[in-house]
Amino acid sequence: MINNVPFFAVMLLIAIGLYTILFKRNLIKIAMGIVIVEAGVNLFLITLGYREGGLAPIYTHLPSGVEIPGGLVLPVPQALTLTSIVIGVAILALILSFVVRIYRHYETLDSRNIRRLKE
Amino acid sequence: MDWLLTHAPALLIALPLLGAFLTPLIDRISGKARSAFVLVVLAATQLLMMALAWDVFTQGAHIYTMGAADPTATVPAQAAVPVRIVLQVDGMGAFMGLISVTVSLAAAVYSLAFMHRESGQGRFYTLLLLMVVGMLGMEFTGDLFNLFVFLEVLSIASAALIAFRFYHGDAVEGAIKYIVISSLGALMVLLAVALLYGQYNLLNMGALASVLEYTYLDKVALGLLIAAFAMKCGAVPMHMWTPDAYTVAPASITAMLVAASQASLYALFRICFSLYGFTLDLTTVGIIIIALGLLSMFIGVTMALPQKDIKRLMSYHAISQTGYMLLGVGVGLYLLAHADFDTYGIRAMEGGIFHIINHALYKGLLFLTAGAIFYKVGTRNLDEMGGLAHSMKYTTVFFIIGALAIAGIPPLNGFASKLLIYESAYRVSPILSIVAMLVSILTLASFVKVFHSAFMGPRLEGMGDGREVPRSMLVGMGLLTAGIILFGLFPDWVVSNLVHPAAQALADQAAYIAALGGGV
Repeated sequence: MINNVPFFAVMLLIAIGLYTILFKRNLIKIAMGIVIVEAGVNLFLITLGYREGGLAPIYTHLPSGVEIPGGLVLPVPQALTLTSIVIGVAILALILSFVVRIYRHYETLDSRNIRRLKE
Repeated sequence: MDWLLTHAPALLIALPLLGAFLTPLIDRISGKARSAFVLVVLAATQLLMMALAWDVFTQGAHIYTMGAADPTATVPAQAAVPVRIVLQVDGMGAFMGLISVTVSLAAAVYSLAFMHRESGQGRFYTLLLLMVVGMLGMEFTGDLFNLFVFLEVLSIASAALIAFRFYHGDAVEGAIKYIVISSLGALMVLLAVALLYGQYNLLNMGALASVLEYTYLDKVALGLLIAAFAMKCGAVPMHMWTPDAYTVAPASITAMLVAASQASLYALFRICFSLYGFTLDLTTVGIIIIALGLLSMFIGVTMALPQKDIKRLMSYHAISQTGYMLLGVGVGLYLLAHADFDTYGIRAMEGGIFHIINHALYKGLLFLTAGAIFYKVGTRNLDEMGGLAHSMKYTTVFFIIGALAIAGIPPLNGFASKLLIYESAYRVSPILSIVAMLVSILTLASFVKVFHSAFMGPRLEGMGDGREVPRSMLVGMGLLTAGIILFGLFPDWVVSNLVHPAAQALADQAAYIAALGGGV
């Protein structure tokens, strides 16, 4: 049960994020929603990579005769998470710069009032 | 030459990527040098892509393992499964790569004059080259996580370009819609990748395809992937970002966005056919794709009819045309395990895939003519323009060719691919063909309206300076027009030499798995 806690956290984070994106009107909050979903997905990736008793794969050549109970952990999920975090920062920066521009043009952050394209 | 061809898949991504980051540096020296540099990079990419495509279509698929001593060995000597990043270019990948690079080249040539009044052109071309990187990466990769990375590269570059005219509020409005929706979609792709990785410890699509069991989690992952990519290619009911983003982007970028949405369409097909393939519940998933196609076709065209903004109208047509591709390939997926696949299932796929390249050409051309009108008139509102045929003769001819092609009038290329879809979808259910034909008629009606209100009528005051647009814009449009006419005149050659190998590459999952080193 305790091992599954991270997965519940993942579901909760993604649900909160989706709720924020769908139902909040403030553009900053929508940006925050995306970051929360992203945190959930990253947590999911990193949890997948966890092996109990495993060792970080720092040795390139293990000394012979040494037994590691959990073995070495495959570093792929960690690498994926790092990449995803970097991409997330870029996306967030882009969204926030758009928000700044929108605020200058419309003088509001309420998405209901930002609909020049709808007319 | 052999060396070049062996490394072509990696070079095709590396060349525009390095070019993109050199562009701002060269821009500091002079604007002319920067434009020349961008064109040289894109022309070199185009030549390399054509050489690679020629080799793929005559000799068979290419495999490139990043960082391996022998690029064709996907499974390293010490490991049992393919762990390295693999690029794979088969018929379908080469076909899509050709589309992306051709449209990008035409858009870049067109931009030379179209964007010359704007500041920050160094950034514009940097992002344009990054879009090429994203598209080619998505089309060549054999690795699920890489698909996500290139999808994000493409989204970020596209969003920044949609907002390029940020001094208009609506440009940023369209861009923020695009980036919010596409980053959420990309996160869903990543979640699906994690779900698959957690079960099978694999990211290589071929190896993954060989062990996939279609468990409950796999179905969840499939749902996330289909939803995300259908959203990115603008299929109804996930289409709301398309008209906004397409309308506000500079016209040359809109033409590239069409090619970019087709890269997502490619990813959707790749996942259905090559990753899941025969493990799928083909009937259900096939019907879902067909339903997405029918909805997109019909709702796209009916939304297009009342539009007054010329680019918004064309954007809804882009949605509607995406429906044809989904319909054609969806029929193929529906029939994949069926005995009739070799008779008409494959024909439907050929129709859908042929329509991808046709659509990239004529919709790209139509967006470029809309940009030419905007360049001269300064408005996108159809009610405010008229009589442009007097002053813009070449643009008028290009528009007529594009409009007839999209409406499927013979002998232009739209007719050839639509006929393939009509014939084969009819065998599944006549309703599919009836809807497709009805949509085609409505498309014609809508473009007659645009033609009439923009080009016909007496010469109006305040409609530009009475001259044609600059030469580089005409060359950009001419490039795409030449493609439309060639494809319309020789559809048989194109279908048997380009489209059939592409459809075969999608349908043949076993070859895909074997090429990527799966099933060991």
